[in-house]
Amino acid sequence: MALKGVLRLGEVGVRVMDIDAARRHYVEHMGLHEMMTDETGKKLYCKAWDEHDHHSLVLQEADTAGLEYVAFKVDSDATLDEFEPKIREFGLEVAHIEAGVYPKSGRRLEFILPSGHRTQLYAEKEQVGNTLGTRNPGVIPDEGVVRGFRINRLDHCLLGGPNIDESARFFREVFDFVLSERIEDLESRESLAVFLTCSNKPHDIAFLINPEPGRFHHVSFLLESETDVIHAADLIGKHRIPVDVGPNRHGVTRGNTIYYFDPSGNRNEVFAGGYVHYPDTPTLTWDTSEMGPAQFSQDNTPRESFLSVLT
Amino acid sequence: MTHRVYLEELDVEFPCRSEQSVLECMVGAGKKGIVVGCRGGGCGVCKVEVLEGEYSDRPMSKAHIGDDDLSQKRVLACCISPRSNLSLRVIGKIAKPIQRRCQK
Repeated sequence: MALKGVLRLGEVGVRVMDIDAARRHYVEHMGLHEMMTDETGKKLYCKAWDEHDHHSLVLQEADTAGLEYVAFKVDSDATLDEFEPKIREFGLEVAHIEAGVYPKSGRRLEFILPSGHRTQLYAEKEQVGNTLGTRNPGVIPDEGVVRGFRINRLDHCLLGGPNIDESARFFREVFDFVLSERIEDLESRESLAVFLTCSNKPHDIAFLINPEPGRFHHVSFLLESETDVIHAADLIGKHRIPVDVGPNRHGVTRGNTIYYFDPSGNRNEVFAGGYVHYPDTPTLTWDTSEMGPAQFSQDNTPRESFLSVLT
Repeated sequence: MTHRVYLEELDVEFPCRSEQSVLECMVGAGKKGIVVGCRGGGCGVCKVEVLEGEYSDRPMSKAHIGDDDLSQKRVLACCISPRSNLSLRVIGKIAKPIQRRCQK
């Protein structure tokens, strides 16, 4: 398989209520790299060390917490032209955003998903590299580059809203995503959560049923190993970061995970592991008779807060 | 400085230092009766009404605490700290387990 079309979730915009507290959390404690602030000082651009693009997380001060937008990187500018009529054909309106409006970024297409989430596509973003260079790059960056929670990269988001089957259909029909896993109500067979991939990963984007559109469940960052999950857990404890679910494994996606909250209550995840997904991997289905193992497979205990606390 | 916080539904009173959040101390006092959310002022589940007393606060999401709420002293327990003894009524989602506990 060659990765074409949508490459990955490349950028997430998150609203925070105190940018200085957010900087302490995401930069000083988690160890993301602060790349830039805007002229007001209220918008902060960050990346994980092993990402080549200029930034992947944009924090902006606002009077609410939650998700501002998700943005997917596509393989070329021509792909944007190819996708635009398909998005309209599906029934969503598409807005054009000129290059440079989003700093370091080429032009973007923007639309609102059936679940109410502002979503963008872009093909170009300035690359700054991962400090190793691209010729004879070596494998270990200098001291202090890999730091804090030792986050390698932005991985995926879980978004809450209504019409999650429609949002899933959109990603499958328009962008060729594959439905990797699904949680359904055993009685009604309604989808409670859907997990979609455009890569070899178990998920690149996922949706959780919620009566209110546009809600944010979590943004997730990839760690190198399960050992690093425990290391992150120790730092989460050290810095008194509010924990939602301590180290555990997900049934869905098989990731070794820990969930915690930023100072504005936005949920974060760090995780490692999970299986390799191919486009012909069959969809895995979990139902409400096994919500414990689906959510957290080491203690088989579902968490009420995990489904109901969103920003 | 340590103040006393009175929680109407549970008829419990607990101590809370002026640099702690009321929610943090409520959890200690309420034992299994209290569930918590994001603890950052973003999710709104720990909404309370301050019936009596003075407190300091930090930013709370306008999605859950509007200007009306603030003027009525309806706030998120995770975002307030006591500056005097406080008396509270719980009105957010965490009220449900508290009410269940009162009925037992």
